[in-house]
Amino acid sequence: MVELRVNGAAHALDVEADRTLLSVLRDELDLTGTKYGCGEGQCGACTVLVGGKPVRSCMTPVGSVAGKPITTIEGLAKDGALHPLQQAFIDLDAMQCGYCTPGMILAGAALLAANRDPTDEQIAEALEGHVCRCGTYQRIRAAVHRAAEVMKGGPR
Amino acid sequence: MSDERLEDILADHGLLPDATFSRRDFISALGGGIAVLILFPRSEAEAQRGGPQGPTEIGGWVHIDQAGQVTAFVGKVELGQNARTSLSMVVAEELRIEPSAVNLVMADTSITPYDAGTFGSRTTPGTVPPLRKAAAAARELLLDLAAQQLAVDRTTLTVADHKVTHADGRSLTFGELTKGQKLVQAIPDQVPETPPAEWRVVGHPTPKVDAVTVVTGQKRFASDQKRPGMLHGKVLRPTAYRATLKSLDTAAAEAMPGVTVVHDGDFVGVVAPTEVAAAKALDAIQAEWNAQTLVKPEELYEHLKSTAQQTDRGGNTVGSMVDGLAAAEVKLERSYTVSYLAHAAIEPRSATAEWENGNLTAWTATQSPFGVRSGLSRQFGLPETQVRVIAPDTGNGYGGKTPGQAASEAARLAKVVGRPVRVAWTREEEMTWPHFRPAGVIDVTSGALRNGKLVAWEYHNYNSGPAALGTPYAVPNQLVQHHPCDSPLAQGAYRGLAAPANIWARETHMDEMAHELGLDPLAFRLANLTDDRLRTVLQTATARFGWGQALATGGRGFGLGCGIDKGGYTATCAEVLVDQTTRQVRVVRILTAFECGAIINPLQLENQIIGAATMALGPALFEALEFDEQRLLNTSYSAYRLPRFSDLPQIEAVMVDRRDLPSAGGGETPFAGVAPAIGNAIFNATGVRLRALPLVPNGMPAA
Ligand code: FES
Ligand code: FES
Repeated sequence: MVELRVNGAAHALDVEADRTLLSVLRDELDLTGTKYGCGEGQCGACTVLVGGKPVRSCMTPVGSVAGKPITTIEGLAKDGALHPLQQAFIDLDAMQCGYCTPGMILAGAALLAANRDPTDEQIAEALEGHVCRCGTYQRIRAAVHRAAEVMKGGPR
Repeated sequence: MSDERLEDILADHGLLPDATFSRRDFISALGGGIAVLILFPRSEAEAQRGGPQGPTEIGGWVHIDQAGQVTAFVGKVELGQNARTSLSMVVAEELRIEPSAVNLVMADTSITPYDAGTFGSRTTPGTVPPLRKAAAAARELLLDLAAQQLAVDRTTLTVADHKVTHADGRSLTFGELTKGQKLVQAIPDQVPETPPAEWRVVGHPTPKVDAVTVVTGQKRFASDQKRPGMLHGKVLRPTAYRATLKSLDTAAAEAMPGVTVVHDGDFVGVVAPTEVAAAKALDAIQAEWNAQTLVKPEELYEHLKSTAQQTDRGGNTVGSMVDGLAAAEVKLERSYTVSYLAHAAIEPRSATAEWENGNLTAWTATQSPFGVRSGLSRQFGLPETQVRVIAPDTGNGYGGKTPGQAASEAARLAKVVGRPVRVAWTREEEMTWPHFRPAGVIDVTSGALRNGKLVAWEYHNYNSGPAALGTPYAVPNQLVQHHPCDSPLAQGAYRGLAAPANIWARETHMDEMAHELGLDPLAFRLANLTDDRLRTVLQTATARFGWGQALATGGRGFGLGCGIDKGGYTATCAEVLVDQTTRQVRVVRILTAFECGAIINPLQLENQIIGAATMALGPALFEALEFDEQRLLNTSYSAYRLPRFSDLPQIEAVMVDRRDLPSAGGGETPFAGVAPAIGNAIFNATGVRLRALPLVPNGMPAA
């Protein structure tokens, strides 16, 4: 039995502790916004936040995050209001197929929480482990800057 | 709508209710309201598919139901190229509504019309014009209905905001007009389409219609499909490429709780309650394989040329090469090679299959749902009416997701266990078992006069493919051929097909000739280029880039490449920086000018151009599939290098809008100028000519 706290809700799950967090989120909790891309920590599609820090859920045994606060892409909007980075992704059309987008947004949101005004280099560093096969990096970087500006004006 | 009425329409157009598209499905999909059908002439190829004969077939339709909801049905698939938004836009334009108000039903073989597949940049030129006409015809039908009901002249009516309004202020909503109607019509010969000057949706930047579902994780991709009672399947893969099964022991796997093993010839699969359990069962299987010996990688290009066939397909002969070379003052003979590439789509393919009363339904990531349906119907000996393939939106395709292996595997396993089964490929499977971008050799012999005029052009493409084979330059003597060869690895479609390879080889050679002649690469091209559209993008790109304004010094260099393919005209300029001590190449700046007729959605086209430039950095600089005589060697994201944030140059897209011309697709062609621009810039920076793609997988070669 593993106790998981996901997006503010508690779940007691009958799963092996060594199963990946990714498979438990997707198959047991039906939170399919967290994606599989590589299974080896190389693409970032499976990124979730654990205690606010980005974590590769494909490499994370579910037992190791028991009881810790987990945020998936489905839980990033608060009370129906999108996170400024989600809004910036829409406004700047910073996606093509959208498969990498949840991971990019969560990692970007974690960066913005730690750094209110990241430079191009800091964004590249934070997102280097994320693959956008559609090649949308330039707009993704612009979306992080846009969100940073919006957040400086206070949370929306 | 009444059966009789539909029957008439179908009969009028020589369409019979048939195996590929049954009338029953059509009626149940539509219910009442009004519908306008797109009728395509049945092409030779499609008639040969074995479907019923007939002069026409339904290519899509626009439907307005009794509540006024506008729905369009097309057989295309959304792969990130943004067809969902651009197709919604043209419907919205003609019906005077917002794109997000259009319900676009895509790629479901039971309720959308036959479509040959989503590739070759065909969605924009092939689907947009008739869909637009169908929506315009639906609008005219609404006007007719309103004129009748209000007993007014239809010229006094306007359509806006989901209603038709009379000059006196009276109005009827779409729903009020369609209620109780059962009207089906084909697109009439004359449909008043909205002229470009009045476009308020098309041509304007429009964000993705489903962007909110993407950023909130609600969007269900192919691999997110789930069915009640679903189990998970995995397939045992050979340890070597093209191996056959020698021995098998599945006892340990079969002893695992809830595990079923399916063995049939070389096919070995397992089904288990969870994906993890299926993976464990697969691990427990002992198998030996008879491996085959393929070609040594260092002998690949020789092997291709030694197995080459003669063909006229896509080729061209103009004038006489003998005369051309005799007249030439400068001659150049060069050979270029391109490596195999993996598509490496971000979402590995998957399928969920379900059997019910002998009918099969498969949800799968594919660019060709109707092709997959044919395959399944053959595999299981079922008529096509008993197979339904639904292709949910998927994370990339790039030509890699045409075959239906995952659907075939899931259906096979589901049939045995009598429950829905999902087979989701791992990254390694996705990089190993589909087809690849063909490797190839391209030999070019050219001749020019000292004044810069090309007089001879002989071009042989071995194995890489015939797309964009012919030169866009005006050369009086040409021999151009594509030679199919024996490929050790499975090969097939890739973004742009062979256009990126052919345009790279041609534009590299053009640069070499310019250098031999002592001419500026731009001036040399323009001296031989009569095509106005290509001249325009070339001049636009170089002007915006500042071509010729900076000198190649300190490892810095500039290059360009241009070409025509699939109705698109592309020109790319690149700036590179070669570190003279580390010998690493950094692309600093890329600018692509692109023209594909009237722009439907500039926001999206820019995304495609910049995305293509970003993706194209890989094959240009470092991406290549490695293999030995038995297996592929770099089938993971850690081993197969893809462009990442740190590779990113400054990328600019300059879009040339030609509202006077029909729209062509923009997803593929802007890719093609990038590699030659980079390679030519490396030469400009270093004086070293690189003639193999990828150019610098390990940095610049030692001097
Ligand atoms: S799936 Fe976890 S990093 Fe790629
Ligand atoms: S938007 Fe398709 S992978 Fe990033």
